Amino acid sequence: MTLPVAARIESADAVERVFREAYGRAVATVIRIVGDITLAEDAVQEAFVAASVRWRRDGLPPNPAGWIVTTARNRAIDAHRRSARGRELHEQLVAVAGPSQGASTNGSGEDGPVQDDQLRLIFMCCHPALRPEHRVALTLRLLGGLSLEEVARSFLVSESAMAKRLVRAKYKIKAATIPYRVPREADLPERLRSVLSVLYLIYNAGLDDPDRAVLRSEAIRLARTLAELMPDEPEAAGLLALMLLSEARVPTRTAGGDVVLLRDQDRTRWDPAMIEEGQAIVRACIRRGRSGPYQLQAAIQAVHGDADSFEATDWPQIVALYDHLLEVMPTPVVALNRAIAVAEIEGPEVALAEIDAIAADLDTYHLMHAARGTMLGQLGRREDARAAFARAAELAVTDADRRFLGRRIQALAEGRSRASSFRRAMVEGSGVATLSHPELVEHDPVPDVVLEVPDPARYEVRLLVVVEKEPRRLIGEITVDPCP
Amino acid sequence: MGQYLLSTYSREGEDSGRPSTPEEMGAFMKRVATLEAEMDASGTFVFGGALHGPEAATVVRADEGEAVMTDGPYVEAKEHIAGFYIIEADDLDEALGWARKVVDAIDHPIEVRPFRATGRVQA
Repeated sequence: MTLPVAARIESADAVERVFREAYGRAVATVIRIVGDITLAEDAVQEAFVAASVRWRRDGLPPNPAGWIVTTARNRAIDAHRRSARGRELHEQLVAVAGPSQGASTNGSGEDGPVQDDQLRLIFMCCHPALRPEHRVALTLRLLGGLSLEEVARSFLVSESAMAKRLVRAKYKIKAATIPYRVPREADLPERLRSVLSVLYLIYNAGLDDPDRAVLRSEAIRLARTLAELMPDEPEAAGLLALMLLSEARVPTRTAGGDVVLLRDQDRTRWDPAMIEEGQAIVRACIRRGRSGPYQLQAAIQAVHGDADSFEATDWPQIVALYDHLLEVMPTPVVALNRAIAVAEIEGPEVALAEIDAIAADLDTYHLMHAARGTMLGQLGRREDARAAFARAAELAVTDADRRFLGRRIQALAEGRSRASSFRRAMVEGSGVATLSHPELVEHDPVPDVVLEVPDPARYEVRLLVVVEKEPRRLIGEITVDPCP
Repeated sequence: MGQYLLSTYSREGEDSGRPSTPEEMGAFMKRVATLEAEMDASGTFVFGGALHGPEAATVVRADEGEAVMTDGPYVEAKEHIAGFYIIEADDLDEALGWARKVVDAIDHPIEVRPFRATGRVQA
């Protein structure tokens, strides 16, 4: 029978979903049973090959993931039986795997031990005795089921280099006996930190490049799994919320490959379902009152998610959350982000002083120089601003960032002529004013400014920014002194 | 169950951060003795020792059937192994747990390395 096109596509999607969902679970279970990572990977591959033949013929089984787990386990055990030390090993296996073997006939009976297996595998892949790039590679390969080629491409290394990394990591796991279990209570906080940072690293690697979206979806899937498996760890939930709230904004962060700042993003295109889910997690975390770095970062994103516009953002709340975050995570990067939020309340001068206080620590961080450039520009120190943006552009990693910073430098030059023509307009009107409003320098491309004079008798002027296809936005009101 | 080498290194010319005053030395020895008693009680301790410096080392080579001796350590390095424990542990986590205790007792970094094989080679 030939399936209609729609049904076939749906089933290809379904198989892909099952693959992502089942791969890590199956590898995790088989590693516990046979005690060997490579053997487990092979067995799971074989199970998927068998599935692709059988499911195309018979359709999806009721519990596809369970089918994969069971099939892979049986294949791994068969492979063991066939091996030279067959019998002896098989006897050991039966002894080790006793209880779960009994539950082999139905998929759902596996869920208890299988869930524990996934945790075991996460903690093994993210063991702090492995170097960070090995943790990331192992996690993507074993839990995410990404192919060697995909993992290599994600981290811009050759396949052979990535293969070496994985071999080396697996060698260490085996040689040093990195255990296949959830860490003891005493080790748990440190070990969980490592797991969370690996998942966040994977997510962020996916943010840098739209071609690597699979990293973001995998990171979110794994964070979701972790949060479900460790319901007593609010930081796991916090990480999931942070990723969801960030992911909701991804489509608006760039336009045609160019960076779009938070203040210029089209908030109507933020994903409301992801924001809602992220915010609900943040609220649940706050109720539990055991805050931590990921929860606080998620809470900051949740506040942004609440604001209909950049201007409507609850900046005092955001600064208060950064204060908390600085207590638990006193890094210069957090201090930088706090300073950027402070600028929205106390202005660029205060923010610049805060940035300058940490500038030495972040001298090689392009975003520090970009933030300094922004503050300097708002203060009318154009030459200093230009130098800061130029330094940022030198240090920037992605082309999109470099292009963005180049436009900022250009905007500074354009801003000068616009500001002077604005000043002229004021003089020709009803009064004299000088203006170096941030929006004139900050906006990219430089917007048009329209003056509205609601009541000529009161010498009040409203400044509105006009950006194509966007509603006019009020950027400030000034009172103009009458001409002498 | 496997055996792990827990080794500590000292910098040339430095006395591996060992305590200088008699009081500090007494406290140091007491911390180490307590730790070793704990290792003994849990069946962890296999062997341990502190080594003389690299200037006490001799390298032996075979050269056309002759044994050739050279004064000094085999590895030309600024750091040399200063002491070690060999412990018995279930897995790396347990070995790392003991390493952490050794670090606390001697206030010096520890390298943890698994044995590939121990005991007498079976011919």
